[in-house]
Amino acid sequence: MDQRVPAVSMRNITKTFNSGAVVANKDVSINIYRGEILALLGENGSGKTTLMNMLSGIYFPDEGQIFVDGKEVVIRSPKDALDLGIGMIHQHFKLVDVLTATENIILGLKEKGKLDLKAAAKKIKDICDQYGFDLDPMQKVYNMSVSQKQTVEIIKVLYRNADILILDEPTAVLTPQETQSLFNVLRNMKADGKAVIIITHKLNEVREISDFVDVLRHGEFIGSLTTSESTPQEWTDMMVGRKVTLNIERPDPLGLPPRLKVKDLTVRSEEGLIKLDHVSFDVSGGEVLGIAGISGSGQKELLEAIAGLQVTEEGSVIYVEDDGTEEELLNQDPNKIRRMGITLSFVPEDRLGMGLVGNMDLADNMMLRTFRKGKSPFTDRKNPHKRAELIVKELEVVTPSIETSVRRLSGGNVQKVLVGREIAEAPKVLMTAYAVRGLDINSSYTIYDLINQQKQKGVAVIYVGEDLDVLIELSDRILVLCEGELSGILDARKTDKNEVGLYMTSLHGEGGEAS
Amino acid sequence: MFDIVSFFPRAVVQSVPLLCGSTGETITEKSGNLNLGIPGIMYVGAISGVIGSFFYEQSLKASGSTINTFLGIAIPMVCSILGSLLMGLIYCFLTVSLRANQNVTGLALTTFGVGFGNFFGGSLIKLTGSEVPSIALTQTHGCFVHKLPLAAKTGWFGKMFLNYGFLVYLAIIIALIAAYVLRHTRLGLNLRSVGEDPATADAAGINVNRYKYFATCIGSVIAGLGGLFYIMDYASGVWSNDGFGDRGWLAIALVIFTIWRPNVGVLASILFGALYILYLFIPTGANAAIKEFYKMIPYVVTLLVLVTVSMRKRRENQPPASLGNSYFREER
Repeated sequence: MDQRVPAVSMRNITKTFNSGAVVANKDVSINIYRGEILALLGENGSGKTTLMNMLSGIYFPDEGQIFVDGKEVVIRSPKDALDLGIGMIHQHFKLVDVLTATENIILGLKEKGKLDLKAAAKKIKDICDQYGFDLDPMQKVYNMSVSQKQTVEIIKVLYRNADILILDEPTAVLTPQETQSLFNVLRNMKADGKAVIIITHKLNEVREISDFVDVLRHGEFIGSLTTSESTPQEWTDMMVGRKVTLNIERPDPLGLPPRLKVKDLTVRSEEGLIKLDHVSFDVSGGEVLGIAGISGSGQKELLEAIAGLQVTEEGSVIYVEDDGTEEELLNQDPNKIRRMGITLSFVPEDRLGMGLVGNMDLADNMMLRTFRKGKSPFTDRKNPHKRAELIVKELEVVTPSIETSVRRLSGGNVQKVLVGREIAEAPKVLMTAYAVRGLDINSSYTIYDLINQQKQKGVAVIYVGEDLDVLIELSDRILVLCEGELSGILDARKTDKNEVGLYMTSLHGEGGEAS
Repeated sequence: MFDIVSFFPRAVVQSVPLLCGSTGETITEKSGNLNLGIPGIMYVGAISGVIGSFFYEQSLKASGSTINTFLGIAIPMVCSILGSLLMGLIYCFLTVSLRANQNVTGLALTTFGVGFGNFFGGSLIKLTGSEVPSIALTQTHGCFVHKLPLAAKTGWFGKMFLNYGFLVYLAIIIALIAAYVLRHTRLGLNLRSVGEDPATADAAGINVNRYKYFATCIGSVIAGLGGLFYIMDYASGVWSNDGFGDRGWLAIALVIFTIWRPNVGVLASILFGALYILYLFIPTGANAAIKEFYKMIPYVVTLLVLVTVSMRKRRENQPPASLGNSYFREER
């Protein structure tokens, strides 16, 4: 086939966890060449990240060989990988918050002589200029936005002269504009002769940026395609192993009266910063209200305020009963709000941070919602167990058993358990944030279906999402937040990604091209 | 009239065990290890030095020769360092290699260290067959308190700043070096990152376990020197069981007070030392009960400090983010 020597060649790699109980990768072989961008596709738990972690030295393969530039190598630690020029940008950034960008970048380097932060900062500036990054080397990481942190991560590996870059879901937390500037950087790297591997779930990005696509399914290598000669439909079919329809259904809203009326909702953070500034909107039963915004624009505060978990400064949230009676939700007991049928499933970045207890098993996590029910002094363990079994079956959660602690499941499966539990509560208002964050195509569509089912049952759905394509296809209306203010409410059937992006970055979409 | 010229040196001498303990603990905590065994390690550092110099003095007595200043200092120093190093190694082996709970391990080491000290202290007292329950190592004490020749000639200045044994200066120099290394060197940067976020440090190619071992063992040795100083210099070479008191715990509180900065520790420990002996310098009349209230001051201040420190919000002033957690690379 190809006469060139691959930059990296992984041959027959097998990796198992828990002494063979979980097979993460089985007999996987991939090649990556210089001056090319390879997209690695696969569903959650298909072993993409595990495979890349073996390349970057986090894990060590049980079997198989790795060749770099035709020579067999042994990668035992991240340091070995970096010495070979392999750098990985992880999905969860590996940065020390209290240090500056420069300090993070030079961390662990064994350069000769005194620690010279100024010289390092200058070298960082040079790299920024070369590839088109924008970064202040002396800024502390905890003051940075997600995309700035990502920039630090990328420069960190470039500073170490890495010429094989692995990016694990780099666009999951970026705005469309930020994604574009990342892609420009990646194209510059490609032109510079670097080999780039990108893991992503967003098929339109795969098409836009990659040259080749390698597909994994259940830890096994399925096939390799040339991006320009194949279609997203083919990729998904390979990933899932059967035909999948790629269009999100959008049933018409039921046209029910408003269920929630939010007026002038204002929230201040503990540090005294305004997180939400006089936000007003209605949401009706039988509709999906999408909420868009750059991460940290007040989405979390908004949902938590409605759920009674957040102290508010002013405003009101009124819940309208079926018979038209109105009730104020602010300053109510969260338990009462929950009993009224308002559920919140928030998927935080670390997935386990809120809602699920990592060390408890699936059934016990179901019990977190049900333990107050029932009259006997003993808790009911049977029904939660049944409910857990149902969720595992319907959402295809990959777990050894119901008794497995949630911590041991892969991220996507954890999410299915969380969202599934909230929907199983048969709510009146379903609030979900980042429900499909990092989920694969198949599970994402399962969740979209669930949301649509709820909508058709007359549930008012508030859906906070990151993928604007999905947000536009799934929602009936889109509420855009910009730095805690209501930037606009758009008709999802008439808007497009650019307009939403513009509203996200500038108030009411003003100011022409967003910077 | 409050006599500052005699008060200040006593405060300084009081401060040295606290300073050594807190410098050692700061270095340890920067690696993410919360070593609550420091009080025990200081005990072991003290008794190990005592054991060394006890047998040296015994051999001198047997041969009838006078003490060699160099050996008189070197023997207890080496013994003390070995003793506290061993404690540090036990702590590291349990918490880093076996990933045991740091709090439990530390508390166990403190209990063990105090018991170890009292056991061997008691044994040595038996050996001397003396009437009083203590061991006096006067010759060794003499070696440790050699003063700078200038001290006697420079009046109040000499009395306040030059009139100390070498361990006082050593403790201050160690604290200043530690502060410099932590802030301004590659080594310090790497160590801080290990304590903040070991996974990140690991990904950056830093050997996390090695840093944890070295920082904890060096920290233990420094803390152990504080125990040695207490016996050989402050207590005039007299070991008595439980004599060291709760200085180890104060040292750990001091780490928080100094927001993990050993250079601040130099002044903060002198302040604590001053509070510790304040009751001796304030006229309390015949009522001894009042004295007990003054003795409380360092502890009350510690409590107040903990309250105010925990209200501070700046990220730079927070404890190392991964303090108290063990690290395992392949944890899922």
